Amino acid sequence: MSLVLKQPSVLPGFGLTLGFALFYFSLIVLIPLSGLFIKTTTLTWEQFWHTVTEPRAIASYQLTFGASFLGALINGVFGSVVAWVLVRYHFPGRSIVDALVDLPFALPTAVAGIALTAIYSSNGWIGRYLEPLGLKVAFTPLGVLVALTFIGLPFVVRTVQPVLQDLDLEVEEAAVTLGASRWQTFRAVIVPELWPALLTGMAMAFARSVGEYGSVIFIAGNMPLKSEITPLLIMTKLEQYDYAGATALGVVMLVVSFILALMINLIQWWGTARHSAR
Amino acid sequence: MSTEIATRGRHKEWKASLTSESVLVRWALIVAALGYLTLFLFVPLAAVFTEALKNGLEGYFVSFADPDALAAIRLSFLTASLAVPLNLTFGIAAAWAIAKFEFVGKQILITLIDIPLAVSPVISGLIYVLLFGAQSWLGPWLAEHDIKIIFALPGIVLATIFVTLPFIARELIPLMQSQGREEEEAALTLGASGWQTFTRVTLPNIKWSLLYGVILCNARAMGEFGAVSVVSGHIRGLTNTMPLHVEILYNEYNAVGAFAVASLLTLLAIVTLVAKTIIERKTAPSQSAHDPAWSTQPGHPA
Amino acid sequence: MSIQVDHVTKRFGTFTVLNDVSLHAQSGELLALLGPSGCGKTTLLRILAGLERPDQGRILLHGVEVTDQRITDRRVGFVFQHYALFRHMTVTENVSFGLRVLPSAQRPSPDKIQKKVDELLSLVQMRAMADRYPNQLSGGQRQRVALARALAVEPKLLLLDEPFGALDAKVRKELRRWLRRLHDELHITSILVTHDQEEALEAADRVVVLNQGHIEQVGTPDEVYENPATPFVYHFLGDVNVFHGRISHDHTSHKGTSGQDADASGEHEVTFVRPHDLELSLSRTTPTQLEATVRFVITAGSRVRLELASKDSPQIISVELTRERYRELKLSQGDVVFVHPKQLQVFKMPGPSSV
Repeated sequence: MSLVLKQPSVLPGFGLTLGFALFYFSLIVLIPLSGLFIKTTTLTWEQFWHTVTEPRAIASYQLTFGASFLGALINGVFGSVVAWVLVRYHFPGRSIVDALVDLPFALPTAVAGIALTAIYSSNGWIGRYLEPLGLKVAFTPLGVLVALTFIGLPFVVRTVQPVLQDLDLEVEEAAVTLGASRWQTFRAVIVPELWPALLTGMAMAFARSVGEYGSVIFIAGNMPLKSEITPLLIMTKLEQYDYAGATALGVVMLVVSFILALMINLIQWWGTARHSAR
Repeated sequence: MSTEIATRGRHKEWKASLTSESVLVRWALIVAALGYLTLFLFVPLAAVFTEALKNGLEGYFVSFADPDALAAIRLSFLTASLAVPLNLTFGIAAAWAIAKFEFVGKQILITLIDIPLAVSPVISGLIYVLLFGAQSWLGPWLAEHDIKIIFALPGIVLATIFVTLPFIARELIPLMQSQGREEEEAALTLGASGWQTFTRVTLPNIKWSLLYGVILCNARAMGEFGAVSVVSGHIRGLTNTMPLHVEILYNEYNAVGAFAVASLLTLLAIVTLVAKTIIERKTAPSQSAHDPAWSTQPGHPA
Repeated sequence: MSIQVDHVTKRFGTFTVLNDVSLHAQSGELLALLGPSGCGKTTLLRILAGLERPDQGRILLHGVEVTDQRITDRRVGFVFQHYALFRHMTVTENVSFGLRVLPSAQRPSPDKIQKKVDELLSLVQMRAMADRYPNQLSGGQRQRVALARALAVEPKLLLLDEPFGALDAKVRKELRRWLRRLHDELHITSILVTHDQEEALEAADRVVVLNQGHIEQVGTPDEVYENPATPFVYHFLGDVNVFHGRISHDHTSHKGTSGQDADASGEHEVTFVRPHDLELSLSRTTPTQLEATVRFVITAGSRVRLELASKDSPQIISVELTRERYRELKLSQGDVVFVHPKQLQVFKMPGPSSV
């Protein structure tokens, strides 16, 4: 125990709590995840490569990553606007709106899925206006985009909001006394502060969207090569007992998730490093 | 006199406008923000309830008379009642170890705990199928002993535990870290045992965040779809949780039924959001309470 | 209860915080551990409480070795620098905590507990605040509650870790005197950790001066102030003028080592004089006086402080005079004066003189 603990502790329970936590975590997370990687080794490299590069898989990557990226961009722009409005302006119902921003976090994905489908289908509240304009949302890739935008909505807002709240108003006032216009102040003083938080939020929205399943499969067409997301492809392979195929794709997704998580950590570290350098 | 007041009023306006944008820009931003939120947030939320009530209140309640729906509700509650306490124990244990002690690899552990959040729900289910499914290494042994994990309750509970594992820990760890060890040390010097210290000193200090963590974990446990979908087997009346039942009803074009069950989950989500707001209000003001820099108030005897 | 610290050493990683420290505290005395930050005083206190374990050495309380005894068994009252009050409990609940967690066999009845709490709160003059929460109290009030809480379990030893460090100067002074009076009433062996030399000298029966993990001197406040054993103690307990080499004097008492000026073993001598031990005259009366010019006069405060520029060296000399003496001399900036020490101390310092 003294190898692990830096100082012998007087508070009790270290061995018990750390031991249990590590045991539980290994059992639930580490062992099953490594099981995935181990299973991959039963595939030959050709099998693996063939599975992850077949046209259907490639099409699913394009849709999944493409829609996630676009969704993250949309959320980046509008999420920032929402964060700005919530922090800087006061209007009736502001606190309710603020609380509701977290809805995509708390709402089960299946509920989001059917609700969005109902709205954007041809006779839905919004869909009925968009169809005549030629914008078919339900059962198309556009529907996937809508669903992933919904899913990613809270991430940018919640990472940008605290930064906006902590902004020193005096710095903006200083810029104005030096002759800057509002736009110049915004660009030179406010935007640089927001960059790390914005990028972090967008990366988190992206990471979440890439793996999203429940809210997408109702509104997507789920047509192979056209409107099929990668998680669905994995699910389909499982239903067909193609465990090898599912595993191969699963590993791809897992590796992408870990890389994204690493990137997010780096962006956050970059953000704090900038601050302490000042 | 009146010019003085007028000048002062204009001065106030001028100062306020120094650090805010023009009225036009302000309104444009508000409209954009509310438009975006309406499209992607408010309308879907409203849709759940309007669709559920399409056949009126009677039609709404009829949906719950269906035995399969009731079974699904029971299964969701059962799953949550197993997953949440286990994750609660984990969360408390991990937070205690991380917050009150210094050890090698602490930061790694904190990062590891976030892993389930990064993993796609389908993968979260897949790993358990690979571990316990018929084709797995354990498969034959389990079949021999007639133990069903996949396509049965244990598999559903495991997948749910995986997906909701970080929530309580993530609520507790930063809070307990910021609270430090001094109160616990003080309790020990006063003769309290480890357990007494935990229950009488630590627990009351974390109760609100703990409560929110449990509420959030419960909502996510009952609402988990992708991971449970993989391990469940979708056997009506047996291995369908509420979200899975919603899917079945929807695919059968029973929209009202689907939205009725969905409305229950939505209400749970709203309760979670309300709880979060309340708890944020409760925990924010106490920050000043343990600010050591705060010394004598002027005019008061020491 | 007497305390014996026996050759205690404590390391944090590669850093040695306490290096073979030994000391003895009599039963009933108030001992101050005085030193700059990082000298190990808080660590020593925490070892006495059981909050840390020494790497080497023993601790004996009233002759009984307790080095490995758990905190909960030691019956030591500890007052933390930042109070560590239980934020969700009222003042009464905080003070009664130690009594409420006793095993049921030893636990007093709720009435007895309440009585004891009332007694203690009256003692620390916090009776009126019994139902308040810590965040409704000022710093000084919180500290008094922390003290009452520690006293509730009737400890044989009271340990105070910079108890007044987080308070402002006036409150510190008041509480320091109040603590001394409390100690005189209760006679519990107490150890007070502080970096404030005024506090140690005013409140303690004896002072232990620590520096970088070892003890520089142990003695009564008078002893450590008048007869500092080392240059460090001299520096730490008040202002000092440092003269390189030996300055001779007439009509003075001389303490410290005597020896040659140029030392064969590679050491040099250094003379320490307190600012209030320097005598000034307007004309030269002896050939050994130092000639200096007045640079600054600071008249605010109970005494007058002057800064003089020495004629023969770049040294600044600090002098403290009573107000009467200052008025007698009628000094102002630019005046030439002659300085000689009434009392000084010579130390041997390693290495060649740096003058």
